[in-house]
This record gives sequence, structure tokens and C-alpha cells, in this order.
Amino acid sequence: MSNNDRRGFLAASAGLGLVAIAPGVHLMQVAQARPAGEPASKLQRWGMLVDTTKCASGCTACVSACATENGINEQVADPRQAAQWIRKIDIKDPKNGRQHSLPMMCQHCAEPPCVDVCPTGASMKRADGIVLVDRHICIGCRYCMMACPYKARSFVHQPLTQQNPEVPRGLGCVESCTLCVHRVDKGQKPACVEACPEGAMLFGDLEDPNSDIARRIAQTATTQVRADLKLNTGVRYQGI
Amino acid sequence: MNLVPFSRREEHLFYLVAGFGAAIVAIGLAAALYMEHSGHVVTGMNNQIVWGMPHVFAIFLIVAASGVLNVASIGSVFGKVLYKKRAPLSGLLCIAMLAGGLAVIMLDLGRADRLIIAMTHFNPTSVFGWNVILYPGMFGIVAVYLWTLMERRMNPWTKPAGFAAFIWRLLLTTGTGSIFGFLVARQAYHAAVLAPMFIIMSFAWGLAVFMIVQRVMYAWNGLTVHQAVRNRMKNLLGVFVAAVFYFVAVYHLTNLYFAKEVAFERFILIDGGIFPVLFWGGWLFLGTILPLLLLYLPGLSSLCGSVATASGLVILGAFCQLYVFIIGGQAFPLGIFPGMETASSFFDGRIDTYSPSWPEFLLGLGGIGIAFTMTAVGVRVLSFMPEDDIAHLEAMLNITD
Repeated sequence: MSNNDRRGFLAASAGLGLVAIAPGVHLMQVAQARPAGEPASKLQRWGMLVDTTKCASGCTACVSACATENGINEQVADPRQAAQWIRKIDIKDPKNGRQHSLPMMCQHCAEPPCVDVCPTGASMKRADGIVLVDRHICIGCRYCMMACPYKARSFVHQPLTQQNPEVPRGLGCVESCTLCVHRVDKGQKPACVEACPEGAMLFGDLEDPNSDIARRIAQTATTQVRADLKLNTGVRYQGI
Repeated sequence: MNLVPFSRREEHLFYLVAGFGAAIVAIGLAAALYMEHSGHVVTGMNNQIVWGMPHVFAIFLIVAASGVLNVASIGSVFGKVLYKKRAPLSGLLCIAMLAGGLAVIMLDLGRADRLIIAMTHFNPTSVFGWNVILYPGMFGIVAVYLWTLMERRMNPWTKPAGFAAFIWRLLLTTGTGSIFGFLVARQAYHAAVLAPMFIIMSFAWGLAVFMIVQRVMYAWNGLTVHQAVRNRMKNLLGVFVAAVFYFVAVYHLTNLYFAKEVAFERFILIDGGIFPVLFWGGWLFLGTILPLLLLYLPGLSSLCGSVATASGLVILGAFCQLYVFIIGGQAFPLGIFPGMETASSFFDGRIDTYSPSWPEFLLGLGGIGIAFTMTAVGVRVLSFMPEDDIAHLEAMLNITD
């Protein structure tokens, strides 16, 4: 084999090899799934951007998707005792009549009051910014519900059945939006984001300057709800 | 007619009283078991009004428990003999009410079975977490204090133990007030004044409880409280009631000065349904003005039963005040979007209603039952009856006159 042939063969082999492994590499990049056992990293901060100009009043696709994904299906006689991890709020400015509709859920604050007040540490913030309740040590005191500025938490008032094994819930514990942590850890988006028919919800890593969400937040005017409290929320809104 | 003397019936009557107390405790425990088994779905509490009637009872008992120790502090720390004679009873009442209040708050937990977790997992940034240390610590310190009071050989240690209890008590009530004071998002709370306000409320409520118990104990033993004691304590109660009025006025006037809180104040003071009624009629008129008249108005204050009635009214006012503060504070919609009108399936922007159910009311009553039974049994088996130096009291009365 001449030198030229050898070079050609090596180049072709390398090209073939690249073609063979590239999809795998590419998929892994897209999935961003962490291997099992590897802890969440503080190099990431998961967040969400909601474009309220696209969010239609009356549309509850995100709410339904959340309920299905997280097994929130119990029938409660008093609706005020029902758990709501995400809800649609219609907002009207009484001065000029301007209206918005937006989904409200745990804002996954960087300085979460619920975590500060929890006596046992059951309310906690993961390294990647997701605020969760450890169901094993929640004693059901509801102090976090008193502390949350967004009324984002619910207390489970009655025994539950037919739970999603990936999303354990329990009588007498407090719960809230987990940002679909079980999906995020598998490299998927939260159920509400995926279900939004208008594409009004954008999920991603706020710490990655190249992520869509970070770029959008850098380029457009976005709002943190109750920004006066300086909680540095992970959920941002556009258009309010 | 052949009447059996009270001294011979006394034992039977005591068992009847203790049995009554135990029955109330049993009812409270049954209510807690029912709530534990069924979940809080059987209560009136919900995801909007998350703390309800059990918290009204528990916070009354815990705050009054701290305040009732004031009697002992005035004796041991400030050296007033009249109060020193009452220090053991004051300590017993403190432990009894603290036990009742803690039992209620623990049994209301969604997972009361996880009490051990509350004791073993500690979050230093949580005011609740501090209280997990402050409340049991109070039991320990007051128990030691009682020991130094009642065991002759330990008497030299009474003053340092009393001083420790005094400081701990102030910390404890600061902690209870701060449970609300540190809630940044709620219009009704997040105020530094709540910590001292709770301390002064504890003084008034605790003394009111003490005076009723003292009067019943004296009556049980066929005695009446000496005029000098009555005068001193009623005047002190009046000062405390007036001081509570001052703090509550400051709290509301401060809120009224802030434009963002005016809607909340309007709700509590004018158009909030049951809450203005309880505030003006329950707390201000029945719980503040009427007791002050009964305690200070010549003609009224000397009437038999006026001090006990005033004390009872102060306690009634305390419950009204706590109901307005705890339930009213949650019933007013959370201002997630200040200045905007909001509506949702989760009752955003709407005034919430709360109807306490029987189980939660009975659980709270069970807490009172615990305090009552512990006190009744305590004063029976140990010597808690104040033994005044009558000559000293007569001299005091002459000086006052």
C-alpha cells in the first residue's frame, strides 16, 4: 500500500468512525442526563421562563400535564383542601384593565423562605437550584406554607392512592412543584413545559450562558414575581 | 338537713375534678387520633388557612405559660416577697400550660408520629427549630427552679435558677412572636414589634390565669386572697392589659401608615366579617376595656369577684386576639401581585373562610385539659399553696391605704 493509499484509508476510517459515534455523542449532549449516583451540580441552575404574552387565559394544559405526571388525582370534597402544584392565575390591572394569564408554581428561589423556616430541614434546595421537600423528614407543620410568598405549597389532607412511583407523595406532608426533578434527572423537560401548546414555557440552565433560557433572559425584559423580596427566583416571567 | 362538711367531701370532690380533667384530656387525644387517622381533611384547615383552631389554643397556652412564670420572676429576680411565696405555683402552672400547648401543636402535625425527627433534625435558620430547643429547655429550667424552691437544701440556688428561668422565658416568648415576625411574605406578620408584643401579651395572659387559679385554690381551702395581695396583683394585671393595648395599637397604626398594608388593616378592622367583631367587641371591649374598668374603677374594683371576672375576660380577649391574628392574618389574600386583581382555582385574590371543625376544637380543649389536670394533681400532691406572712401583708395594706 502506498503512502497515499494508507492516508486515504486512515482518513476514511476516521470519517466512518466519527459518523458511527457522532449520533451517540450528540444524543448524550442533548439528553444532559446525569449518570445514576452522581450528585446534582451547582454549576447548573435549572429555571423556567414563561412568556405570558403566549399564555392563553382558560388554557390549563400545563396544569393537567402536571397532575398526570405527578399523580395528583385525588378527589377532595373541599376544593380548598386540594393540592395544586401549578395553577393558572388571571391577573388584571384595575387601573387600565390590562389582563394576563400565567402559570404559578414553586418559583425555585435561590433564597427560599420555605427552606429557611423548615424546622427539620425537610424543605431543601438541591445544588442545581431545585427546591424540594424530603418526604421522609417532613413533619407536616406547614410553616413553609406560611412562609411561601407564592402560595405554591400544598398540604396533603387525606390518604392517597394510585401514586406515581417516581413521585412519592404522602398524607400529612407538604409538597410543591419539583420542576419534574425525576424527568430533569433523565434529561427530559418538566411535563408542563412539554405540554404547553403555545410553547410559552422555556426550561433550561440559567447558569449556562449559551442555553436558550439564559440568552432570552439576557436579551428580553423579564420579571421575577415579588422581586422586592430579593429571593432570586428560578422561574421568570416575560410580558408582565 | 344533714350536710357533710366540705373537708370530708373534699377527697371525693378532688377525684371528681381530676376525673373531669382526665376526661377532657381523653377527648382531646381521641380527636387527635381521629385527625391522625383520617388526615386533616376532617378539619376546617385547608391550603389557604393552614393554621387553625389548634394553633390558637396552643399559642395561648405556650404564651401564657411563659407569662405565668412572671409571678415567680418578680419574686426571685426582683426580690418581692409577696410574689416569692407564689413562685412554686407559678412554676407549676408554667410547666402545666407548656405541656398542654406543646401537646396540641405536636398532635396537630401532619405527621405527629415523626416527633423524633423534629428532635433529631435541626435547622438553625428556622424559628420553629429554635423553639424545639427553647420549649423543652423551659421544662428543664423550670423543673430545676421548682426544685430549688421546694427543696430546703437547694434554696440558696433559687436566685440563679430564677434568673435563668427569667431569661429563658423572655427568649421563649421572643421565639414564639418571631414565628410570625419572620414571615416575610404575609401582610399580617413580618413585624419586629411582634416579639415584644408577644412578651407583654404573655405577662397579661399568664397573670390572668394565675389569679384565677389562685382564687380557686384559696376558695377550695376555705380561704380568701388577702386584700393586699389582691390589690397588688390586680394593679399589675391592669398595667399589663394596658401595655398589650399599647403594643397592639402600635402594630395596627404602623400598618395603617404603610399604604401597602391599608387594605389588610381595613379587612381586620372594618369589613372582614367575624374579624372586626372579635377585634373590637372581643379583644378591645371584653378583653381590654371591661377588665380595666373592673380592675380600676372605684366601686367596681372592690366588688367580690371583680378581679376574677376581669382575669376571665382578659383570657377571653386573648383568644379573640389570637383568632384575629392567626386566622384573620391568613384569611386576607396573599399579595402575590401587589396592586393587581387576581383570580385562580386556588382562591388567589379571594378572602378565605374558615370554619373550625369539632376535632380540631376538641384537640385544643384537650390541651387546656392537660394543663388543668397537671395543675389540679400538682397542687394536691405537693405544697403549692402560697403561705403569706399576714403581718407583712397587713403592713403593706396600711402603707397602700
